[in-house]
Amino acid sequence: MRFMMIVKHAEKQSGPPPKALMDAIDQLAQEATKAGTMVGAGGLGPTAEGARVRLSGGKVTVTDGPFTEAKEIIGGYAQFEVKSREEAIEGAVHFMELHKKYWPGWEGETEVRQMMGPEDMKPKS
Amino acid sequence: MMSSVAVAASNLHPTIDAVWRIESPRLIAGLTRMVRDVGLAEDLAQDALVAALVQWPQSGIPDNPGAWLMATAKHRAIDHFRRNTRLERKHEEIGRERQAQEMAVPDLDTALDDNVGDDLLRLMFISCHPILSTEARVALTLRLLGGLTTEEIARAFLVPEPTIAQRIVRAKRTLAEKRVPFEVPRGAELNARLASVLEVIYLVFNEGYSATAGDDWLRPALCEEALRLGRILAELAPQEAEVHGLVALMEIQASRARARVGPSGEPILLFEQNRAHWDQLLIRRGLAALERAAGLDAIKPGSSQGFYALQASIAACHARARTPEETDWTRIVKLYETLAQIASSPVVELNRAVAVAMASGPAAGLELVDALAKERALENYHLLPSVRGDLLKKLCRLEEARSEFERAASLTRNARERELLLERARACVVSSEPG
Repeated sequence: MRFMMIVKHAEKQSGPPPKALMDAIDQLAQEATKAGTMVGAGGLGPTAEGARVRLSGGKVTVTDGPFTEAKEIIGGYAQFEVKSREEAIEGAVHFMELHKKYWPGWEGETEVRQMMGPEDMKPKS
Repeated sequence: MMSSVAVAASNLHPTIDAVWRIESPRLIAGLTRMVRDVGLAEDLAQDALVAALVQWPQSGIPDNPGAWLMATAKHRAIDHFRRNTRLERKHEEIGRERQAQEMAVPDLDTALDDNVGDDLLRLMFISCHPILSTEARVALTLRLLGGLTTEEIARAFLVPEPTIAQRIVRAKRTLAEKRVPFEVPRGAELNARLASVLEVIYLVFNEGYSATAGDDWLRPALCEEALRLGRILAELAPQEAEVHGLVALMEIQASRARARVGPSGEPILLFEQNRAHWDQLLIRRGLAALERAAGLDAIKPGSSQGFYALQASIAACHARARTPEETDWTRIVKLYETLAQIASSPVVELNRAVAVAMASGPAAGLELVDALAKERALENYHLLPSVRGDLLKKLCRLEEARSEFERAASLTRNARERELLLERARACVVSSEPG
């Protein structure tokens, strides 16, 4: 089963993440790669450089970032291949524990979502 | 109403199960190094799991569940050897181990982590040891390294559970009786032993990939398990080109898993697959692994692409083509020629014939296929008449094509494939009648 881990947090954080946290995350990523579970990951740039393309009321509008009204934004993601939902959650808990340990005061969440294939997306007949 | 404690406990079981899946291979590997007996190591690990199932629902899951399980299993090991005075020698060994740890290494975790990679690699080599039958190697590998239960392995391979249980018990006994060392082989032995590990992993993958009776979700799970084992091995033995070759082959083949079966389970041929459903993440990973393999070959004098890397290169040719028409058939023909040189087989020849037909026209391909018709090994191989039928059809020899498709249908054991072939046979009749 493939899962997408979506990491969300306030865009304005108290400075850049501490080096100890980045090292720990790096170590975690290496371990997950060695365990054959992490198949992809990436971080996202600031919303100021992004845009939102929205369809509403029959009109498509493009709004440039930053997304100031958003309380939390997506900061990064990782894709995992694991055997169960619990195993995926276990991984996310570990990830958040690292934040707790190395970045006191930081708040945010990791959303764990199973990735579906085309076979799961068939319209019901 | 259930008490909140009971609710928490029942909710915890899937989590403990997940922890077990993650930790058990490392646990068994580390314990095997200590007690020098895979069977005993697995029993000790299981004891630790049982202890966790009793304790964790009350105490909560420890911060480092792996270390908890390992410490518990070690205590059991020490108890075991204390009780068992007949095993005096091993008793001393484990005593030394414990003493050394208490004196020199206060941090159990670090000590474990240092050895964990080597131990896992040793566990892979011992599970795939050539003194065991291929079936036993597969079952033991899935059990010890995949953390699959006997029941799951039995369901995946469509055999009764006692059969698998027996295979595992016998394999462990054989390893103990023959005193197979828990080590990573060196020198000339390494290549042969590594080939056995790769063979087991690919066999597991193919069992899932070419499922002949595959309703069970566990058969696709075999593909995922093989891929995971391959990825682990690639990290443990990064200097071995063929390991990356195998990983590349499996990643690219797995990338097509969603596209190769239709809504009612019917197989979809490569050229009719919706390429938008190919998993680009896996393709990217496969191509990267192939590059790693090629890089290693390039720095090793006199070395050339191996068995798996060559097949991965062929798979990569398909993966790179956005449409079937873009496929680089000339390159595929060359790759099959090289493959035939290192691992000649009638099946490789048949595949080469298909590539030649695509590169140089159906007549050239048919010539090669006809030469293969005398091969004993292909006598009952349904793909031979199937390919021949296809080429004959392209040459507008419809009556001959029809009888080849019918023959292929009579040879295949897969019901869905039979339907597909019979349909193709009927299509030859329809189009031969003037409308």
